[in-house]
Amino acid sequence: MIDVDTWQEIFDTLRRNRLRTVLTGFAVAWGIFMLIVLLGSGEGLKNGVEYQFRDDAINSIWVSSGRTSAPFKGLQPGRQIRFTNDDYSEVTTRIAGVEYSSARFWIFGSQQVNYQDEWGSFSIRAVHPGHKMLEKTKVVEGRFVNDLDLRDYRKVAAIGTLVKDALFHDAPAIGREIRIAGISFKVIGVFDDDGSEGEREIIYLPITTAQRTFNGKNRVNQILYTTGDASLAESTGMADQTRDILATNHTFDPEDQRAIFLRNGVEQFQRFVAMMNGIRLFVWMVGIGTLLAGVVGVSNIMLVAVKERTREIGVRKALGATPRSIVGLILKESVLITAVAGYLGLVLGVLVLEGVGRVLPEESAFFRNPQVDLSTGIAATILLVVAGTVAGYFPARRAASVQPVEALRED
Amino acid sequence: MIRLRNLHKSYRMGTNRLHVLKGIDLDVGAGELISIMGASGSGKSTLMNILGLLDRYDEGSYQLDGEEMKDLSETRAANLRSRFIGFVFQSFHLVPFKTAAENVALPLYYQGVPRKRRNRTAAEYLERVGLADRAEHLPRELSGGQQQRVAIARALITQPKVILADEPTGALDSQTSYEILKVLQGVQAEGVSVIIITHERDIAGMTDRIIHLVDGTIDWDRKIKRHDPEAEIGAATPEELAQAGPAAAAAGAGAPA
Repeated sequence: MIDVDTWQEIFDTLRRNRLRTVLTGFAVAWGIFMLIVLLGSGEGLKNGVEYQFRDDAINSIWVSSGRTSAPFKGLQPGRQIRFTNDDYSEVTTRIAGVEYSSARFWIFGSQQVNYQDEWGSFSIRAVHPGHKMLEKTKVVEGRFVNDLDLRDYRKVAAIGTLVKDALFHDAPAIGREIRIAGISFKVIGVFDDDGSEGEREIIYLPITTAQRTFNGKNRVNQILYTTGDASLAESTGMADQTRDILATNHTFDPEDQRAIFLRNGVEQFQRFVAMMNGIRLFVWMVGIGTLLAGVVGVSNIMLVAVKERTREIGVRKALGATPRSIVGLILKESVLITAVAGYLGLVLGVLVLEGVGRVLPEESAFFRNPQVDLSTGIAATILLVVAGTVAGYFPARRAASVQPVEALRED
Repeated sequence: MIRLRNLHKSYRMGTNRLHVLKGIDLDVGAGELISIMGASGSGKSTLMNILGLLDRYDEGSYQLDGEEMKDLSETRAANLRSRFIGFVFQSFHLVPFKTAAENVALPLYYQGVPRKRRNRTAAEYLERVGLADRAEHLPRELSGGQQQRVAIARALITQPKVILADEPTGALDSQTSYEILKVLQGVQAEGVSVIIITHERDIAGMTDRIIHLVDGTIDWDRKIKRHDPEAEIGAATPEELAQAGPAAAAAGAGAPA
């Protein structure tokens, strides 16, 4: 049979039975639409969580000092633990798997900083060069603190973009001398950071220079390092080793949770990943439920449609239609409707997600970039098409195989 | 053209078997115009459906154009229907969402005739039944007589050897019925066998041969002289018909002696 002709016949039938066509189409389009929106929202949540972690390296371990809370080896509780440069070098050299590392030395409180007559008040962090990787600092101009700066106690500073704006406006900053608490530092770089605004209002100094200049001796406030591609178990092992080294150096109970504070980014991230997987599972379950409802809807409509057309089928058979052509007609109709409607639902769902993504404020943290994997959407559409086809097939085959006289008798 | 020998058909009604056709012997030649009469339940519709390959038979033999019709596959039956048989039904059975022209063209679609030729042929056949000006109307916009004429055009378009008309005038007034019968007489004149099921005597009287079924068997089968009820309309009371000559007597006689 001429194929164009078959499709013409099908288009004709669909056009003349508009209500049925629209109802079937709506069930399919709605199912796909809901699935896309749901999956997209799940993705948005996931992106939101990942956005939370964008600021710092995920695979990092951060150690801060605290006060002991338990007596240990005859020592009183409540002792302040203070890290030193030795702790830092021991942790970073003795533990295998440390990738990038840095200590932080804090100069407490904001410092008055000026360039000529422009003044501002900014936080100072004294760090090692590896800090750049830990904080995911993006150098936009010049360079970050390096090893030579540390070795030679250079009075240099890398400033955040907001610092640069405040002190230099549009003038070039590199090579200029700024004063921090009255002490002169040369600007070597300007950096940006994806984190909060505060991260761009910071001045980084070489840790050695800062310890000497601001009377820090060998004090260190934080030790941080990345664990490379260590697994969760490996990174937990590294965290335990760190705790043991520091407990030995400072004589506190390794079980004492308040002597030092250890944050394992991998562990935290894993927890979020687990949560996200839970959310994703939930979204999928709801999505599949929606899809099933769609499948049932489509099947139902197909059943009714075929039933309603039994007489027409009888007439067509009396006029010489073979059972094959009858089944073919109904199946092609159902595939056409479900495919077109599924595609519409897909497009509509993607448009809605796109629209929501645009409307969301830039800083919205928990829901970002809702989008859906197109192949998922297409797979869902195909599933519905198949469901509609299967649902149409059985009654169509039955209608096509009953004796035409029975089909004609049907009202 | 059609040759039935000892044809049996029964239906299962729950646990009972309903023996509807109890051994029918019948020969229909090419170009005959025949009416089948009988009370309801006499098996005439069943016979018609079997003749039209719309239903199966249990026993006996049915040869259409020399070929045995026992245990046909649905596909084969469909092809034979498409080639040999045209149907006219009491309730017309036009496809409601198709125009008159599309309904007429539909059988050609199932023969794989290209659309253009289909439409051209359909227009010709509509013209023949006098409905050229109604080609684009939907069935519900046509009167009963017009719908039946569309159905006849549809039955004729494949140039079948046999037209089977199941109570073609059952839903029409007598004036329209006569018009429809005249159309069918015209078809017969072209050499097509026409078999009409009817319980109306004046309709049967417009054919050349009446087969009377009683309780699943052929009660009698005789050739008659075709008459024109319109011409006799003034005299058309049963008593007068009974005296109006052998043809009218046959047509008027539900149970001849």
